Amino acid sequence: MAIDTIRAYSHLSDDDIEEIGRRLDAIREEVENDLGSRDVAYIKGLIRSQRFLELAGRICVAAAPNPAVRAVGTSALSLSKILENLEIGHNVSHGQWDWMNDPEIHSSTWEWDNACPSDQWKHSHNHVHHTYTNILGMDNDVGYGVLRVTRDRQWKPFNAFQPLINITLASLFQWAVAFYDVNLGLYFTKRQTWEETKPAFMAVVRKARRQVLRDYLLWPGIAAVLHPKNPGAAFRSAAGAILLANLARNLWAYAVIFCGHFPDETETFTKQQWKEESHAEWYLRQMLGSANFHGGKILTILSGNLNYQIEHHLFPDIPSNRLAGMGAKVKELAKEFDLPYNVDSFPRQFLNVQRTLLKLTLPNRFLAATGDNAPEVRTDRAFVSTGVERELYVGERAGHRSGLRTGLRKLAAHRPGVGESLRFAVRALRGGAGVGKKAAQ
Amino acid sequence: MAFTIAALRTALRHLTTPLILDDYTSQIDDLWSARELRGRIEHISRVAEDTVTLHIRTGWGVPRTFRAGQHIGLGVQIDGRWRWRSYSLTGTPNQNKAIYTITVREVRDGTVSHHLIAAATVGTPVRISAPSGEFHLPTPVPQRLIFLSAGSGITPIMAMIRSLRLGEPGAADTTVAHIHLERSPERLAFAEELQRRSADPRYHLDLRYTGDTGRPDIGDLADAAMVASEREGVEEAPHVFACGPSAMLDAAAAAFRERGVEETFHREQFSLDRQHTTEGGTISFGTEHVTSVSVEADGATTILEAGESAGLDLAYGCRMGVCSTCTIPLLDGSARDLRTGEILEPGQRIRACSSVAAGDCRIAYAAGTTVPTTAGSHYEPSAEHRPWAAGSGAGAGAESAAETETAAATESVAATATPTTTPTKDEK
Repeated sequence: MAIDTIRAYSHLSDDDIEEIGRRLDAIREEVENDLGSRDVAYIKGLIRSQRFLELAGRICVAAAPNPAVRAVGTSALSLSKILENLEIGHNVSHGQWDWMNDPEIHSSTWEWDNACPSDQWKHSHNHVHHTYTNILGMDNDVGYGVLRVTRDRQWKPFNAFQPLINITLASLFQWAVAFYDVNLGLYFTKRQTWEETKPAFMAVVRKARRQVLRDYLLWPGIAAVLHPKNPGAAFRSAAGAILLANLARNLWAYAVIFCGHFPDETETFTKQQWKEESHAEWYLRQMLGSANFHGGKILTILSGNLNYQIEHHLFPDIPSNRLAGMGAKVKELAKEFDLPYNVDSFPRQFLNVQRTLLKLTLPNRFLAATGDNAPEVRTDRAFVSTGVERELYVGERAGHRSGLRTGLRKLAAHRPGVGESLRFAVRALRGGAGVGKKAAQ
Repeated sequence: MAFTIAALRTALRHLTTPLILDDYTSQIDDLWSARELRGRIEHISRVAEDTVTLHIRTGWGVPRTFRAGQHIGLGVQIDGRWRWRSYSLTGTPNQNKAIYTITVREVRDGTVSHHLIAAATVGTPVRISAPSGEFHLPTPVPQRLIFLSAGSGITPIMAMIRSLRLGEPGAADTTVAHIHLERSPERLAFAEELQRRSADPRYHLDLRYTGDTGRPDIGDLADAAMVASEREGVEEAPHVFACGPSAMLDAAAAAFRERGVEETFHREQFSLDRQHTTEGGTISFGTEHVTSVSVEADGATTILEAGESAGLDLAYGCRMGVCSTCTIPLLDGSARDLRTGEILEPGQRIRACSSVAAGDCRIAYAAGTTVPTTAGSHYEPSAEHRPWAAGSGAGAGAESAAETETAAATESVAATATPTTTPTKDEK
């Protein structure tokens, strides 16, 4: 049932927790005081590259004397859209560059190249997701309302279509994001009136109309004009190329974002935890609820530095180019206090996520692990029921710690393996509901 | 040209949405954008001790028309942060030249002036806010004029003198008395030009170096100016343009009032009067329905300061109600503009840096991240970023800290007035 209280779960003393809060504050302050011209050069260079790429891409796609040029244009446009949404738009909207006091690169004025109006994004993402990160029932990003990402959430018949929903969400990610803050779900379940829904809905429609007009009418129209011999085909090819670029951005954004909170060993929390949370515990929740993946310079920039998801969640308004440097310090801090620091390769984190999504297509009675100790969700009861607790202690003893990181490693060993899980699922399938339920209990 | 660009812009807007054409063109040449008004330093010349004149090439959309005496906001990026100050334009408007001229005197502990004098080079990009201000000559030009300036307060006066073409063929038909106070000859900008123009019999220049004579009596100055600007057959009161430290301006206003000049007394002042403020209240930042943060503020704390104290990164520029960078919508309640005393109503976009809460009010804010932390996560602007914190007022073209300096200089000086024009340094 997710984590009720970080204080107990973390196996840290109150002093430890406060110390971690102070240290993270210090890491932030050090970077804040160091921001300057170098950082400006980074963001401006990035914006410049992105705009040249975009223009070059669009011109190649529209002019396209041959399919090779069109392919180059499509790639350039895909890349530019990825840069704009992930490393520029997302980060500028967070206020990471507000310190420059430049109205052209400021969270209050930036409108990103996405069907979602920036002000709605800032509410659903910066405010709701970053404040209530991974709290069930408060952070809508836990499954985005359509996916079952933890067995804590009750299985409903539509979850049987999860693989299909998953692929659809990934392909249309921009559009899911666009209507995210409109809360159509609340409207359809009659928890929100049309009058309340309409302003946000219409704002999305207006922005989406402009985006669609540009991508699927005007630029293909230019292609048609440039190819007077066969305008229809040129129009279709250009529209197709731009559609492909949007799709590439959607899939990539989906992949990066899903690797941020859904890999194995990330934590979810109950509202209980949030109720009396201190500043330092807020940090811990962000740390335990996020996951990183390794990346070189290119993968890092393409990911919008969200492969440093942990650092991004600890310091959402620190410029993204600083996260890698902060990451080393945060990792060191985690090690010192025997806290987990969730990082793995990109493919491994991604496959982890996909495996979880696939598993949770099934109701809980087919799942061998319980909600107390599963890859995607845990509670502190698991430490007691498995006996791991006996090997752990709170705080430091003679220079050593045996806390959460040690505990989680041991807990993982108590989980059913792949073979066991499969046999369990098959048994549940053969034996019908009764057997499965008994086992689950 | 301007029309073509505007038409092109409209046509291309749909192709470049959500950006505009300028966002692309400015990547080629920084001046090719009107999203934020831009300029580039094209020429720097030292015109006196600690004083430089900058010629700034202006970018797209920067107005070429202005009135002599008006000021611009000038932004420079120092250590990555854009910082703004106001400077008087010292050149005359020219439709054919995209050039602004300003003269900057280095101010003790003044980051911007120091940067402009010590670090800025030819090619340094700047940002500009359009010329504004009521401190300019009326049309038609009055027959009697009195200029009273001190220190860098000479800059708007210089623009007026140039626009009147005093000492040139075709000079305006007016009699001008100009009293200028300067600490020492080394510090006088425009020395050569002033002397040259004072050859004009209608321009009575009265230069006073206060470094070793002390502050002259303002009543005596007013008397001298009234006499010098007299003109046969002209009965009407002169127009007085005064620019300098606010203490001097207050004294001058009183002195000229005694001599029958009240309606036509003009002074340049950027400072805010915090004395007559209102009761303050709770300022809520957020949207119509959701409050991100709310702050209790008294009637002397501006909405910008209140927001910053709560950790919000609000946009700001000059911090003295000039540049409008901090303009933000007032959603509910009311606020008072400290500069005008005007009560602002919901729906208005107000200047956060120079408005205070008049009772509870709600300010639109949706930027950045709302992090429920108590950590000092934001950037506390230093004192030099709050011009009014140091002193009471500022002369046009001077950073407000300059005023403190000039005021001190004026105060420490004796009463003897020695009308003299002995410039020792040439203007470039």
